[in-house]
Amino acid sequence: MFLTISTTGTPERPATDLGFLLHKHPERAQAFSTSHGTAHVFYPEASAEQCTAALLLEVDPIALVRKGKGKGRGGAPDAALAQYVNDRPYAASSLLSVAMSTVFKSALSGACKAMPERAAAPMELRIEVPALPARGGAELVRKLFGPLGWTRVEAEAVPLDVKFPEWGDSRYVRLVLEGELRLADALRQLYVLLPVLDDAKHYWVAPDEVDKLLRAGEGWLAEHPEHKLITSRYLARRWGLTRQAMERLELVRLAEADDLDVESVDNAVDEGSDTEERPVPLAVRRRDAILAALTAAGAGRVLDLGCGQGQLVQALLKDPRFTEIVGLDVSMRALTIASRRLKLDRMGERQAARVTLRQGSLTYTDKRLKGYDAAVLSEVIEHLDPERLPALEFAVFGSARPRTVLVTTPNVEYNVRWESLPAGHTRHGDHRFEWTRAEFRAWADAVAARHGYGVEYVPVGPDDPEVGPPTQMATFSLSTATTDETEKEAKAA
Amino acid sequence: MTTEDTGRAPHRTLPVTDLSLVVLIGASGSGKSTFARRHFKPTEVISSDFCRGLVADDENDQSASKDAFDVLHYIAGKRLAAGRLTVVDATNVQPEARRQLVRVAREYDVLPIAVVLDLPEEVCLARNADRPDRADMPRHVIQRHRRELRRSLRGLEREGFRKVHILRTEEEVDRAEVVLERRYNDLRHLTGPFDVIGDIHGCRSELDTLLGKLGYVDGVHPEGRTAVFVGDLVDRGPDSPGVLRRVMSMVADGNALCVPGNHENKLGRYLKGRKVQLTHGLAETVEQLEREDAKDPEFRKRVAEFIDGLVSHYVLDDGRLVVCHAGLPEKYHGRTSGRVRSHALYGETTGETDEFGLPVRYPWAEDYRGRAAVVYGHTPVPNTSWINNTICLDTGAVFGGRMTALRWPERELVDVPAEQVWYEPVKPLSTEAPGGREGRPLDLDDVQGRRIVETRHMGRLAVREENAAAALEVMSRFAVDPRLLPYLPPTMAPTATSQEEGYLEHPAEAFGEYRAAGVAKVVCEEKHMGSRAVALVCKDAAAARERFGTGGDGGSGPTGALYTRTGRPFLDDSALTETVLGRLRAAVTAAGLWEEWDTDWVLLDAELMPWSLKAGGLLRSQYAAVGAASGAVFPAATGALAAAAARGVDVGALVDRQRDRAEDAAAFTEAYRRYCWSTEGLDGVRLAPFQILAVRGRSLASVPHDEQLAWLDRLVEHDPSGLLQVTRRLVVDTADEASVRAGVDWWLEMTGRGGEGMVVKPLGALVRDGKGRLVQPGIKVRGREYLRIIYGPEYTRPDNLDRLRGRFLGHKRSLALREYALGLEALDRLADGEPLWRVHEAVFAVLALESEPVDPRL
Repeated sequence: MFLTISTTGTPERPATDLGFLLHKHPERAQAFSTSHGTAHVFYPEASAEQCTAALLLEVDPIALVRKGKGKGRGGAPDAALAQYVNDRPYAASSLLSVAMSTVFKSALSGACKAMPERAAAPMELRIEVPALPARGGAELVRKLFGPLGWTRVEAEAVPLDVKFPEWGDSRYVRLVLEGELRLADALRQLYVLLPVLDDAKHYWVAPDEVDKLLRAGEGWLAEHPEHKLITSRYLARRWGLTRQAMERLELVRLAEADDLDVESVDNAVDEGSDTEERPVPLAVRRRDAILAALTAAGAGRVLDLGCGQGQLVQALLKDPRFTEIVGLDVSMRALTIASRRLKLDRMGERQAARVTLRQGSLTYTDKRLKGYDAAVLSEVIEHLDPERLPALEFAVFGSARPRTVLVTTPNVEYNVRWESLPAGHTRHGDHRFEWTRAEFRAWADAVAARHGYGVEYVPVGPDDPEVGPPTQMATFSLSTATTDETEKEAKAA
Repeated sequence: MTTEDTGRAPHRTLPVTDLSLVVLIGASGSGKSTFARRHFKPTEVISSDFCRGLVADDENDQSASKDAFDVLHYIAGKRLAAGRLTVVDATNVQPEARRQLVRVAREYDVLPIAVVLDLPEEVCLARNADRPDRADMPRHVIQRHRRELRRSLRGLEREGFRKVHILRTEEEVDRAEVVLERRYNDLRHLTGPFDVIGDIHGCRSELDTLLGKLGYVDGVHPEGRTAVFVGDLVDRGPDSPGVLRRVMSMVADGNALCVPGNHENKLGRYLKGRKVQLTHGLAETVEQLEREDAKDPEFRKRVAEFIDGLVSHYVLDDGRLVVCHAGLPEKYHGRTSGRVRSHALYGETTGETDEFGLPVRYPWAEDYRGRAAVVYGHTPVPNTSWINNTICLDTGAVFGGRMTALRWPERELVDVPAEQVWYEPVKPLSTEAPGGREGRPLDLDDVQGRRIVETRHMGRLAVREENAAAALEVMSRFAVDPRLLPYLPPTMAPTATSQEEGYLEHPAEAFGEYRAAGVAKVVCEEKHMGSRAVALVCKDAAAARERFGTGGDGGSGPTGALYTRTGRPFLDDSALTETVLGRLRAAVTAAGLWEEWDTDWVLLDAELMPWSLKAGGLLRSQYAAVGAASGAVFPAATGALAAAAARGVDVGALVDRQRDRAEDAAAFTEAYRRYCWSTEGLDGVRLAPFQILAVRGRSLASVPHDEQLAWLDRLVEHDPSGLLQVTRRLVVDTADEASVRAGVDWWLEMTGRGGEGMVVKPLGALVRDGKGRLVQPGIKVRGREYLRIIYGPEYTRPDNLDRLRGRFLGHKRSLALREYALGLEALDRLADGEPLWRVHEAVFAVLALESEPVDPRL
């Protein structure tokens, strides 16, 4: 972990004044102990014309991992620390910020007894960070430093591995900042923006972090066009961090067992989009369509199969006609979020008696799903490999057999209307397929025929004359012929 | 049967069915508790007083009666569900109290039995007077009890009690003796061997042919086998009386058992003179019987008696075999109730009717999870097949199909073709056994929650609820079809930590461990740094469909599967998967191994390379990132340090340290690069098989590794495509120093050239130590450079190594053994042709255990 701060000077105002401002003598190499290793300050050059101070943080990688482990793996604030092999010893992160705040404490505050006027005035500065992790890439780096008065903001992407050019760039950039700024301002910007670009912190983000941010951001943060992003990243989505991490533990292990990123397994919950794709109204329209269809079917006891974060369950709860609502999902994490959303633990007894959330899977039959009025599979089938659909079909239409089944799924034809969606991409990383209207109907018609249901199709969202609606919905109803027979049979018996 | 003794019999025996709900009835003070103590085990008796005490701290608190009886019924229910005789000690003089108990008995399909202590008022009064807690019970209470009791006596049988014993005097009570009777359906003591014969429907000639084929001579088997008829002997066919004669005489002579079918039941009602419709082939039987009357006027009566005496199902062979006509769920086995009989005769219907107007049968066999095999008939099917340990033997002989028998315990099928179509079926025979195969998923109850899996090699293994929950998500969202996922590989423990300078792992410890466990010969196998891949290869799509039930009609569908260690499809592109399977198949064919193994499918364990093929995402986000960051930072840092030093600043040892770190980081990058290369389609992809796990009917997990490797070498040799890669190996004698040294040198040489390392396995594969415990099936010894990827670039620095040596292997080793035992179990269950849910249970457990917390670096 390394950065350099350089300045230029003249015989009257020598560059070596930097040593006074940083409170570190240019002719000596000094070492400071910090909580994660030793910080060294030395000057590779120190003349009247040119002076460069270097800050090098030597991290003990084994101790770093052990500290992470001590807090419970995965419970460590920075996900990278949960990995035994990580970039933390090398990449400029919050560790470097903390080292800066220790080693350059006075400089950060702008205090300099020896030459207060120099500390208060802007000076020619060049800052170089050779390995800066930047989630958001060079573009974000320029967005963050651009408005802060630098004349040159250079962010050069570091390739992942020169031997494998097809892998592309890493998330590191070599950052060079040049411009005339107050040293304290420059240091404070770095102090805040290093962890923001890294999008991680090596320590628990406590409430006092808000104060720290406001102090360090004084004078530049409030007007910064990206202040929202800076604030939210700096405070690292603090709520529920612990709980989430604990829930993820088991899945992390399964991912590791298969040499996968945990993200590739634990992607049932899309935190970024809150499972409501933009534009939001589509999700609302889908829910409205579902509620209308359930009401039309006269359903009182309803299954939300694949309830995710529980938005539909929440909507169903608001209508007393739905007397029993079961939200089922295979992801424990989604269920926990849903339970939090519904405030299940604080819900009144009568209301709580109407709703159940539990883990289940639609590739297995489940006796507890029998006997309901209706089942909703909203944006669910496309998350299953096509080879597994017969299992889902049997579990829902063959085994659970509710009177009404609502299935919604994206209409892939509409994808050309999404401006933000690159051609050929699915709407969600976990979509195993997206169907055309014809494909969906072929499947649904066959399912209905095999299991004695009738089926109707409803467009959800604007029904484009050319490509159809963004969401397609099928309403399956158990054939009246079958129900008549059932009654006859019951009478006969 | 009300037994009311008037004389002074020396002993009064009270027959009680061994699984029943015995209800004692008598006024307060009539001696029920004393009677119960004398005749039953203390744990068999539940008294209302005791339950009152449980809920109200006072055995005589009548206000607590409602709750007390709730508890009593609950306990009784639990006992009866577990198949335990239960005695209820309460006054039970009111009809409502008894009605509830009869309901409990029916709910658990056992017989309710009444034992009435109808003792004189004075006796009761005197007894209560002796009890301090009841001494002040007023006389009128006892009088009321007795009044209610007397009113009840006549109606007890109508209330549903199947046996009623009434004792009237103290003497009678003293002389009474309870005798436990076996249930009629309980023939567990008969061990056969049996020949279970499917539906006959008057096909006399086919029956004789089948009996002959089974080895019966004139109704007797020379080896003493017993025939068991699943019912539907009569109707539709040409000679129902002939069939009845044959079966009745075999049963009478003790050479056969017979359960009734719905057709016998109806014939029985007809013979008793009840009004029944002469449909579904009964008219033919009636006509044939009428012809019989002239020859043998008594025949009708004997048939009626025979049918009357039939027991609806039998539990045989120590509980391993259940025979009935229409199938029986496990909770009804050995039970006695109207609905058990009804299910045994007719099965269960869903209430729907099909397009032919026939009731749709409830596919009870799909839900069946019992350990006993259920053999039945009733539903004609073109082919018999086992579903969840049940099999239907009705192959429609009367409709021109076949007549089928099952040899037990051999589980062999024997059949003879019908001589002609004797009766036109209303609808074509269904193409599958009840329920069918398509889209028949497993049930959530097979995997969810805390579970105990019984294994052959390690006893009972527990799966925790939270681990099962994680496995459920991965299995449901990512895994291949469970039918094509008969196995998941176990994790493997590394060797004990080495104290050798510069090494964290070294082969010496692995050899030492096996020597200590008494394993003389081990094989060292080169570890290929790729990703674990399990391949299920079938001879063709038809073979896959036949054995694993996948694919649609015709020849379509997958010919196997290629999946990762968590059951995900290895390749996203199923066409590419089929290409890999095709190449494996070609190699098996060319090597002549289908014939040698006598199989049309093979399951093998392998490593698929390069690592970057599957782990690309991880490599880029984690390993390459470390390389990129370090590569960017060190030149700048060391350059700055050199400049400072050149200026005369004393930077001390920092320069050297940074240089060393830079070198370590470079070595790290080199380490992961060795396992990455570009692939295009299958170009550049290699598969190194290291174990043949199973073939048809056999688990090969215990075949010694030298034999295994010989097979695998043949496979590689016969693969012209270049996909397969040989696994280098060296056999080491753990007791021979020179051999051990050769093993160490081999490893040093291999890892020195950048190899990942090796796995040391007992040559005998499945091996136990001196104490009979399973030894680790393999121990990995990873190379010094390879471990940089695992422990970080700088792990080899002496002070880092010292700290890392404190690693704890216990949990990993235990996990490796448990997963190994579960994997073996899955293979054994697969080989034995056990139901899918049983195989899946073990496979799922391996996945669940993989989510247990353990240091992932091990």
